[in-house]
Amino acid sequence: MKVLVWLIPILPAVAVLLNGLLGRRVLRDKAHYLGVGSVGLALLCALIVILRVIVDPQHPIEAKLYPWIFAGSFSVDMGLMVDSLSAVMLFVVCGVGFLVHVYSVGYMHGDPSYPRFFTYLNLFMTSMLVLVLADNYLLMFVGWEGVGLCSYLLIGFWYERRSASDAGKKAFIVNRIGDAGFILAMALIFWTTGSLAYHDVFAAAGDHKITTGIATAITLLLFIGAMGKSAQIPLYVWLPDAMEGPTPVSALIHAATMVTAGVYMVVRSQALYLLAPVSMDVVAGVGAFTALFAASIALVQTDIKRVLAYSTVSQLGYMFLGCGVGAFTSGLFHVMTHAFFKGLLFLGAGSVIHAMHEEQDMRRMGGLRRHIRGTYDTMLLATIAIAGIPPFAGFWSKDEILASAIKGGHVLWWVLGLCAAFMTSFYMFRLIFMTFRGEERFDPEQVHPHESPPSMLQPLRILAVLSVIGGVIVGIPPENGLFHKFVAHAFHHHGEHAAHTFHFWPDVPLMLLSTVIALGGLYLAYLFYIQDPERPKRLAEKFAFAYETLLNKYYIDEFYDAYIVRPVKWSTGALWSVDARVVDGVVNGFGAFTRLYANWSGIVDRWVVDGAVNGVGAVIQSGSRAFRLIQTGVVQNYLLVMALGLFVFATIYLIVI
Amino acid sequence: MPLSWYLVFGALLFMIGVVGVLTRRNVIIVLMSIELMLNAVNVTLISFSHYLQDLRGQIFTLFIIAVAASEAAIGLALVISMYRGKSTFNLDEVNVLKW
Repeated sequence: MKVLVWLIPILPAVAVLLNGLLGRRVLRDKAHYLGVGSVGLALLCALIVILRVIVDPQHPIEAKLYPWIFAGSFSVDMGLMVDSLSAVMLFVVCGVGFLVHVYSVGYMHGDPSYPRFFTYLNLFMTSMLVLVLADNYLLMFVGWEGVGLCSYLLIGFWYERRSASDAGKKAFIVNRIGDAGFILAMALIFWTTGSLAYHDVFAAAGDHKITTGIATAITLLLFIGAMGKSAQIPLYVWLPDAMEGPTPVSALIHAATMVTAGVYMVVRSQALYLLAPVSMDVVAGVGAFTALFAASIALVQTDIKRVLAYSTVSQLGYMFLGCGVGAFTSGLFHVMTHAFFKGLLFLGAGSVIHAMHEEQDMRRMGGLRRHIRGTYDTMLLATIAIAGIPPFAGFWSKDEILASAIKGGHVLWWVLGLCAAFMTSFYMFRLIFMTFRGEERFDPEQVHPHESPPSMLQPLRILAVLSVIGGVIVGIPPENGLFHKFVAHAFHHHGEHAAHTFHFWPDVPLMLLSTVIALGGLYLAYLFYIQDPERPKRLAEKFAFAYETLLNKYYIDEFYDAYIVRPVKWSTGALWSVDARVVDGVVNGFGAFTRLYANWSGIVDRWVVDGAVNGVGAVIQSGSRAFRLIQTGVVQNYLLVMALGLFVFATIYLIVI
Repeated sequence: MPLSWYLVFGALLFMIGVVGVLTRRNVIIVLMSIELMLNAVNVTLISFSHYLQDLRGQIFTLFIIAVAASEAAIGLALVISMYRGKSTFNLDEVNVLKW
């Protein structure tokens, strides 16, 4: 079983290596054999592992490979773990991932960088699987950074387009801000508990070894990381721009999996969050505001993918709202159902774009139902699911979150959530009506909408089935269904919060209210876009200011540009000029001074030191010139001197003695 | 004949050798003069040996003759080597023994 667990991330990693090394030269348009095959095998392994967890959810599978880092008291294992929480994420990531891979075969067919696409996509799968399977924060962070990298690579996949590469950079930089929070949180966790392994950290939290202040700091920092990754106010700006990437990427990374990593992390760390009521309120508040804020922008967008992008931001807000009011499992439930219907919506949008020859503006669509029936049917099901009309998947998870909010006493968050729900229903049906119904607003001479190939339609159908039944089979009764019972096993060690239970009052009236609101959105969209298509225009003229504000996304990008990007650039410029003038001036001044000093020193060296040395040499040379003459080199001269000397000494000897 | 005659003869012979070594320029003659000096010493040694009735002087002479023979061999070899290198027997031209 451990081997199987490890195989899940390793299989796509192997495909990354092979596709990355051989893809361009050898595999070319057969790259999907490896790409899809490896993910398919990983899905198979994942299903076996998930089955084992379902059979015995009390005992998570732990698969430690080796101690990864150990330095003093700091030690991190290279270890994976599958408990019921990881199992849910594993199912979402592998399941949706596999379908998106299959879809990509059709969607990316003929792209010159076909193998590169699958290399990145598989690398994403590996990173995402490491993220959800890791048994400690550091390994989770490895996956966390990996998916961020892949997100950057895939948003900028068509890097020849300036807007795409800019969007990639934006995503990367904004995520980096969040990651800084994550890193600080990890440091703080280690400082407090002496470990980064989930087991130790949550045990320490359960034993109340972490004070409320520290827990608040840790959880707020973690939430900054989650804000970046899961596109919450104020770090949401990268996600709408991320739509520059290929549509399967938007479906997989920017709707179903990566952006939910923040939610997963918060749910995983719920033992910490439960110690910090302030953080919980922050999470709920940010989530609720994001849900409403993004939904209101989505009301007027005309780019089909941008509507879905803001919708994703909004739905992620719901998930955090759920976590913030204590309904972590409901938040996770919404992650799963959202992965199904939002993945489907994006893939469907991709199919529409494909059919319309790369047209993304809904104002130039309309009446497509006749041409691409398969896409329409599946997208309609997903729309009903996201709008929250029972018994489709989205209803169960969204209603649980809203019910938890009101039952927990968070009336303001509940009202914001309800408003967002109304908007969600409106803008989603607006999308459907503008795209598929009404008159055809494109030029039939130039555009011939055609249905997508089966490799694209089959994933749509499978996701459509999941969008319909994914909520009802595991979500009934609300807040105590199969899903909740299963996931609860991951947290029973450290005191699961008192779960709300389902009662006729107030749950059934709340459900009815949700349904009415969803239907209200649908009806309004019908009035606006089917009954009288001129009505939105009149309304836009009447409330021009509000319309312009929404259309320009509350001018947030402009605000960031004016108050963050430009001051940063300006201060960089100022620092640069300080660098150029002061620092360089000091350095150059030192250089000039050193040169001057060296010149002077050189003169001294040449005339004084060298003069002394050479003078000594010259004196000795001229002195020795006289003595040199004695040395003739002729042996007989030497012998003569010897003989004379001997004679002299002998004479002296004779005279003296 | 008294001892002094022999000694004077040996001294004269030695001086002839010294003058030969110092004045002649031909390396062969210089070598021959060296032989002359050695033999002058031999004459002196034998004279004293006879006068003192002590055979050690004569034995010493025999050793000197042996050494002189080998010296002559080495000296001639050096002469040949010198001729090969410098193509001359003139000692004035062989003045490499200086700075």
